[in-house]
Amino acid sequence: MLLNGERVRLDKEQSLYDFLRGLDYNIDRIAVELNYEIIPREKFREVVLTEADVMEVVTFMGGG
Amino acid sequence: MEDKLVIGGHSFNSRFILGSGKFSLEMTEKVIKNGGVEMATLALRRANVGGSENILDYMPEGITLLPNTSGARNADEAVRIARLARAVGCGDFVKIEVVHDSRYLLPDNYETVKATEILAKEGFIVMPYMYPDLNAARDMVNAGAAAVMPLAAPIGSNKGLSTRDFIKILVDEIDVPIIVDAGIGRPSQACEAMEMGVDAIMANTAVATASDVGLMASAFRLAIEAGRKAYLAGLGRVLEYKAEASSPLTGFLRD
Repeated sequence: MLLNGERVRLDKEQSLYDFLRGLDYNIDRIAVELNYEIIPREKFREVVLTEADVMEVVTFMGGG
Repeated sequence: MEDKLVIGGHSFNSRFILGSGKFSLEMTEKVIKNGGVEMATLALRRANVGGSENILDYMPEGITLLPNTSGARNADEAVRIARLARAVGCGDFVKIEVVHDSRYLLPDNYETVKATEILAKEGFIVMPYMYPDLNAARDMVNAGAAAVMPLAAPIGSNKGLSTRDFIKILVDEIDVPIIVDAGIGRPSQACEAMEMGVDAIMANTAVATASDVGLMASAFRLAIEAGRKAYLAGLGRVLEYKAEASSPLTGFLRD
């Protein structure tokens, strides 16, 4: 799958939540767009990822 | 009498909006405190690694966050960024910023109006960054903008109130808050804009590139407060020629 423009291999079938926790993301500080659709945080555990997914994970940084 | 800045139904005592770019994370809190800041902008970026430091951890409790759509080159991209920003979960405010000119970084008013309309309908409190043009400002207000943010000079230039006369037209004609954003380089320029009747100042580079950023944040706070008070007081009139004595001319020396 594609994560922020980089190709990433999914080792096993897993939920979006487990995938993000596996990469040490702080769930409360990010937003996720999966295949150009925003996934609300409450749904992270329900969504199962596939190799064809295109994912963006974003957070805030300083900016004017 | 209380003098509050009201944007989209939220009221603020401070009229100094801080852009949070170009500071070390450790300085953010001090700048906000010294500036008396109650609203600060943020930008959205890809989170490539987990576990790293996050600016949200450095934002004091109670501060209103104003995510921007920096990086957007058209209305659709601005809408996409705004929705993602809201999904992070920091409220409904958004500063729309649509720029596709990489040399002068001037905002595209036309695309900004389009994004304003879409996002206002989705319940965002929309604050569009704009080139100070009366017709565009009216379109933004009609599209649902809660404030307009005209530029004083190109972003990051610190050149001051280059667009003074056109911002004054907005002050006279537009009923939502006018927040001068971009280009203000010195506290005196912020003060002058406030004296003209703008409702708030947004600054980032002017503070971030000062030698002592904490002290400069205090200076901006004082200047903005001074300008606001001067505006409320009503500036004294200007005599175009001749003079008028401030002391009574009793003339006793000549009687």
